Amino acid sequence: MELFDNHKKLFGTAAIFFIGLTILVAIMPAIRNQDNNQPLPGAVELSPDAVKGKALFIANGCVACHTQQVRNVDMDKMWGTRPSLAADYADNHRTDFWRNTATLMGTERTGPDLTDIGNRQPSKDWNLVHLYNPRIVVKESIMPAYPWLFIIKEEPSKSDIVVNVPSQYLDGKEGKVVATKDAMYLIAYLQSLKQTKLPDGTAAPAFLYKREEKKVAGATGSEPDGKAIFTANCQSCHQANGEGLPGAFPPLKGSPVVLGEDLEKYVDIIMNGYDARAEFGVMPPVGTNMQFTEHEVAALINYERSSWGNNGKKVTPDEVKKIINFVKLKAAK
Amino acid sequence: MKSSTFIKRIPLLILGILLKSLTAGAQQMTPSNFSFGSREALTWVLFGFLLALFFAALVLKQKVNDIRDGYKKKAEDEQTNELKEHSRKLNSKQISKLLDYKERNRRNKTGISVLILLLTTAISILPTSSLVAQSTGKPNASSLLSETGVLITIVLLLIPILAAIILLIVKVVNALNQTKNRQNLEMAEKLANYLRSLPEEEVNTELKRRKAALDYRLNHQELAGTQPAEDEKGLLQINSQPGLPIVALKKKALQRPGIDPELSRLILWYLGCATFWLLFGTTIGEYLGIKFVAPDADHVSWLSFGRLRPVHTNAVFWGWASLGMLGLGYYVVPRVSNTKLANINYGWYALWLINAAVILGTICLMAGINNGGGEYREYIWPVALLFAIGVVLTLVNFLQTIARRTTKEIYISNWYIIASIIFAIVITVVAYVPYWQNGLGETIIQGYYMHQGVGMWFMLFTLGIVYYFLPQQLNKPIYSYSLGILAFWTQILFYTLIGTHHFVFSSIPWWLQTVAIVGSVGMVIPVIAGTTNFIMTFKGAWYKIKDSYTLPFFLVGIIFYFTGSMQGTAEAFRSTNLIWHFTDFTVAHSHLTMYGIICFFLWAGIYAIIPRITGREAPQITIGAHFWLALIGLMFYTIPLMYGSTMKGLLWMEGKPFIDGVVLMAPYWLWRAIGGSLMWLSHLFFAYNMYKMMAGRYMVDVRETAIQNLDDSTNTVQPIA
Repeated sequence: MELFDNHKKLFGTAAIFFIGLTILVAIMPAIRNQDNNQPLPGAVELSPDAVKGKALFIANGCVACHTQQVRNVDMDKMWGTRPSLAADYADNHRTDFWRNTATLMGTERTGPDLTDIGNRQPSKDWNLVHLYNPRIVVKESIMPAYPWLFIIKEEPSKSDIVVNVPSQYLDGKEGKVVATKDAMYLIAYLQSLKQTKLPDGTAAPAFLYKREEKKVAGATGSEPDGKAIFTANCQSCHQANGEGLPGAFPPLKGSPVVLGEDLEKYVDIIMNGYDARAEFGVMPPVGTNMQFTEHEVAALINYERSSWGNNGKKVTPDEVKKIINFVKLKAAK
Repeated sequence: MKSSTFIKRIPLLILGILLKSLTAGAQQMTPSNFSFGSREALTWVLFGFLLALFFAALVLKQKVNDIRDGYKKKAEDEQTNELKEHSRKLNSKQISKLLDYKERNRRNKTGISVLILLLTTAISILPTSSLVAQSTGKPNASSLLSETGVLITIVLLLIPILAAIILLIVKVVNALNQTKNRQNLEMAEKLANYLRSLPEEEVNTELKRRKAALDYRLNHQELAGTQPAEDEKGLLQINSQPGLPIVALKKKALQRPGIDPELSRLILWYLGCATFWLLFGTTIGEYLGIKFVAPDADHVSWLSFGRLRPVHTNAVFWGWASLGMLGLGYYVVPRVSNTKLANINYGWYALWLINAAVILGTICLMAGINNGGGEYREYIWPVALLFAIGVVLTLVNFLQTIARRTTKEIYISNWYIIASIIFAIVITVVAYVPYWQNGLGETIIQGYYMHQGVGMWFMLFTLGIVYYFLPQQLNKPIYSYSLGILAFWTQILFYTLIGTHHFVFSSIPWWLQTVAIVGSVGMVIPVIAGTTNFIMTFKGAWYKIKDSYTLPFFLVGIIFYFTGSMQGTAEAFRSTNLIWHFTDFTVAHSHLTMYGIICFFLWAGIYAIIPRITGREAPQITIGAHFWLALIGLMFYTIPLMYGSTMKGLLWMEGKPFIDGVVLMAPYWLWRAIGGSLMWLSHLFFAYNMYKMMAGRYMVDVRETAIQNLDDSTNTVQPIA
């Protein structure tokens, strides 16, 4: 065949074939997506600090392990309240003259997804400790430590942000760990990562491949696993042994809140968070963020009341349900 | 009869066990989601069942026909023909007995019964073996995987029915065999009578001649003659020191004349630089693997995981694999065009530019200058531009070489090589031009880029290299040119589509994800075409593998080309994405392909040509060490990682806490580090082999030097450089 023996025609044909397909499956869809999507009305632009933090996030290759996409499958429900939409990424533009756009969706989830980390883990104290060395708060973690985002000072000044690092993580150095500006930028970026609420009346796309629905309470043995809920949502601060982290996160072992009579306060803290004690970090509204049901809250309370030597009164989902409704109203006010 | 009923039961017993284990297997498979739809599976089972019945019916029909033929009244001459036929088929022993008998008969006309006995026993042995043979085909019918309880119930119901049918068939066959035996006995009687009545002269002439023919044996000197052996043309390589070898002795590479020394130097530099980047890149990779096990190994920002990961991937991509491919390409393209390379300087410029790109890129990444986190696109554009210019120069150079070719056709290697270079340029332009990179545009381009980079640059180029070196090493032409052409065009058609399968279930348009999945399935065509082509080229030359140290590398590459690529297709489906996406399965897959396919093919090509260029060979034992450590290391790396990440995916699907998945992976990450260490060790051997092939110290060759001494008037020992 002449086509096969003529290098110009042969390679020309191959090139046109490839370029044509490229335009169809890459360039045109890319342009259409870039032009047809607008940020959601409720989307908040990154603050100048968060922009610097994002640059650090890119520079340190965090995307190698952390995705920023909630897929529309049921197993991704734990990472956000709704599947991510094209509009969520619409505000990403070219970083600067040298660097390309960074949507940072990622392809590996060696670490947790960060789409909604600003809601899930808003505590600055936790993030700083975790950044200095993740194993201080999560023993099993394999995330790199970032001590170079901190400096060690003998006598920190008043404006310094001191991080409570246990001495065995200081490699024998003396002094206080102080967060640098870079650390604060990075945390500003992490705290800014929140899923934007869809405008009223817009239905979020469904999560597909649903797991079998958990059976409604009543039947024995079908209650949610309190330990798993604790591990997924509470353990990174209060620790697996319930002892918390001195100077950062209060213990639940022997805690008056956990073992006390005031169930309303207890449920309120789980659902809406807590910031009443200056010596500890701020607790986020875990229950509201994760949309805990009364069954899950009850299971969690029962787990915390019966672990680490705690011996508190068991609660039922019905009791908890009333209080949840009540504290919701209170929070709304 | 008791023993025969026992015999009849054995196949039934086996069948029962087989069926039960098969259904049990099917039940165990249930948690994994690779189901055919249950109705489909049911159809398959029924289809298999009917097929088995059909075969049984065929067998029975054949038997019945046999017997019916036996009972038919035969015409007289037909019967004598049959008897003659039998007498012609007698073997030598039988003939000699017959002759004996005739001899004795002539003397005393007795001893007839011996022959009858002989014949009847011989014939009665024949049909007993048919009982066992047919029990194997049937159970396969139910071996298809399925997961619904309904289906299992149906299969369980089928078991007794099937067993009953098989019992029936066995009984019928047995009855038919008995009848057949009776017929055979009658026939034997007739034959004995016939033989007894044969006239004397016929026995003497015909049967004796037949016996002589049957008794003929070779004396093993028909071809060699009686003269002593002589290797007049120097074809034999005789190993004069057999001893106890540690490694099998393989054939030496043949010196190839006529390679331009300038070109040789260029190729060696390309391959040498590639080796450096392999060592560098995999040392980084090895360290990254260790960090999964020991995350606090260091606290230096330049060495932190997120910064080093792209250093590793980019160094092995653009440093090792790209330079290695190009180096081999510089050998292949002029060779199959049967002409000189158009411009040797362009080759040197490209080498410098690409090396500069990888060095600068590495420094940038470690310093925290990253293009935006898209995989394999982490080099910022000024760095990538250097690489791109290098590739453009290569394209111009190769195209000019091909334009000057002295062959009419363009050999298929050059199709693959040139196309891959053109595509690489297109891909780079699409990836770095900013006009379509805002918002999700960036992600769509990212999916396209990272997969085209792998499939169109590395895979296509490497296939071109294989199309040259594999036939060359086997010393026979490629099996099918047309399959190569089919694979070429279908690869372009399907591969271009599959980029976005890295973002299944993301917010990228659903239709685009579907296109990517369909394209991934389409990849079956070029992969099977290519694999068939390579394997069929091996056909008739498999024995060469044991004599060659390059062919094992090719074979491993071919095997991974098939399995790795098919795994890619399997991973692209939505159901498998649920389990495997975001886990280390992807990492295992990319190592199976980039390492199993690309690296092994490159090594095969490198070991094939460097000895031809330099005249020096690496020690066989270190080549063997390289091969086995790389292969075993790859297995240790990938298999635990695939198993662990499947477990992790299932755990995620159950909604277990995320940290549980990290804990679960710990042992598999350790295995990965061990496998990685073996792979890394194999690269040290490879680097040593490269050194031996390129710059190994010159050993004084006694014979060569002695001859030169004779010529040399000064009479000094002088090694030839």
